[in-house]
Amino acid sequence: MESLSGRKKVLEQKPMNFWERIYLPAIFRGMGITFMHMFKKKETIHYPEQEREFSENWRGMHSLKRDEDGRERCTACGLCALSCPAEAITMISAEREKGEEHLYREEKYAAVYEINMLRCIFCGLCEEACPKEAIYLDGPIVPADFLRKDFIYGKDKLVEMPINELEALKGATV
Amino acid sequence: MELAFLFEKLILVTILFVLTLSIAAYSTWAERKVAAWLQDRVGPNRAGIFGLLQPLADGGKMFFKEEIIPSGSNKWLFIAGPSLALLVSFLGSAVIPFGQNIELFGRVVPLQVTDINVGILYIFGVVSLGVYGIMIGGWASNNKYSLMGAIRGASQNISYEIAMGLCIIALLLVTNTLSFKEIAEQQHSWHWNVIYQPLGFLIFIICAFAETNRVPFDLPECETELIGGYNTEYSAFKMGAYMFAEYINMFVSSAVMAVLYFGGYNYPFMDNVNALLGPTWGPLIGVAVMFIKIIAFIFFFMWVRWTIPRFRYDQLMDLGWKILIPLAIANIVITAIVITVVDKL
Repeated sequence: MESLSGRKKVLEQKPMNFWERIYLPAIFRGMGITFMHMFKKKETIHYPEQEREFSENWRGMHSLKRDEDGRERCTACGLCALSCPAEAITMISAEREKGEEHLYREEKYAAVYEINMLRCIFCGLCEEACPKEAIYLDGPIVPADFLRKDFIYGKDKLVEMPINELEALKGATV
Repeated sequence: MELAFLFEKLILVTILFVLTLSIAAYSTWAERKVAAWLQDRVGPNRAGIFGLLQPLADGGKMFFKEEIIPSGSNKWLFIAGPSLALLVSFLGSAVIPFGQNIELFGRVVPLQVTDINVGILYIFGVVSLGVYGIMIGGWASNNKYSLMGAIRGASQNISYEIAMGLCIIALLLVTNTLSFKEIAEQQHSWHWNVIYQPLGFLIFIICAFAETNRVPFDLPECETELIGGYNTEYSAFKMGAYMFAEYINMFVSSAVMAVLYFGGYNYPFMDNVNALLGPTWGPLIGVAVMFIKIIAFIFFFMWVRWTIPRFRYDQLMDLGWKILIPLAIANIVITAIVITVVDKL
């Protein structure tokens, strides 16, 4: 039957001729191809020294943001934990005491904020849910580790460094 | 005189032993590097500069792995298998001439451990012993996969040894001697045997691939079908011994091919170079040329490995029995006729 697309190619199984049957020309051609590959550009990225460029909306490790005065933005509303499809986020809230206004922006803050990086699927729903713009997945790749308990990241790893400390660190390196 | 002779041979044997070991060790590194290059990758580069310490790391790993001897196995033969494979692979390099006679400290030293007048027979005897390593190891494991792998390996080695021996006969018609030293000397400067025996060389190199169990003839240890073949049950350094034996075999067969067909330490215009550099440095250039040839052959082994897919078992047997052996016999007949005609003229 005539093929509708007109692209059908009927292959006939022809008996091989002498040169095809001794295979050597084909083998040499194949070896030429593999030899030429030695001089091709390598695709490898030497990882620790060299990193692949990420796209702008790439989602990496979470960071809990501070406002312009260096106060934590999170108010422990729990919307991120609620929106998390992997149930990776837990938190314990606490009330801001007097004299802590320079630490926390709202009257309520997260005393404990934990993300289980083994559960997290990096979907970014937490940053979408957050009304305070307190959590963003703008960090690096979450590093490997040996123990499961070490993958539960607390505030020590998640909260952004205060601006003055960051500048002190920059001053030390420069 | 006697003491100096013993001393000289002892040094030569030690150098050769260390050299064989290090070439075999670095073949494992080179294999991974070549594989990587042919596949547009970089290859091992973490252990030392260019990953040059990789063989040491691999060897160290082999030593520290748990050594398992299966309870159903024959314990003595299980240990004897890899030991025999390793021992036999070392024996081959004893008769290979690595260079012309060299003048060192007023003595003329042959760069060959021993020049026995049946060198080629010796090599073939030793190479055919290599089957025992595979057979014993596979049988002693008391495992069906191992046994099947061993049987395949043995039948492959035996089949291809015939064709290999037949092309050596054609070579002997040309050279009239069994001594490696004399064969090497006959190929002075550019009179390499490959010019007189191109078909013989082709058959020989195909058989060498089969004898060393390299791709495309790696059926005895094909990972996909036989789960490692004869060395399924082996672990730690006994496994390492088998792998090492394979690489040493590759080195020895590369050296044999270089001497038999590619002139060994001979190269064009070697007389001029020898006259220029004197009796100490001249032969050393020859040794360097010999090793360049060997390394080129080893590279060829690896290059083929990453190009050609594996043969099916029946194709392997077809190639060995129906194609290579008749071709080798035809090669003998043609060589004999040509030699007779040339002699009569």
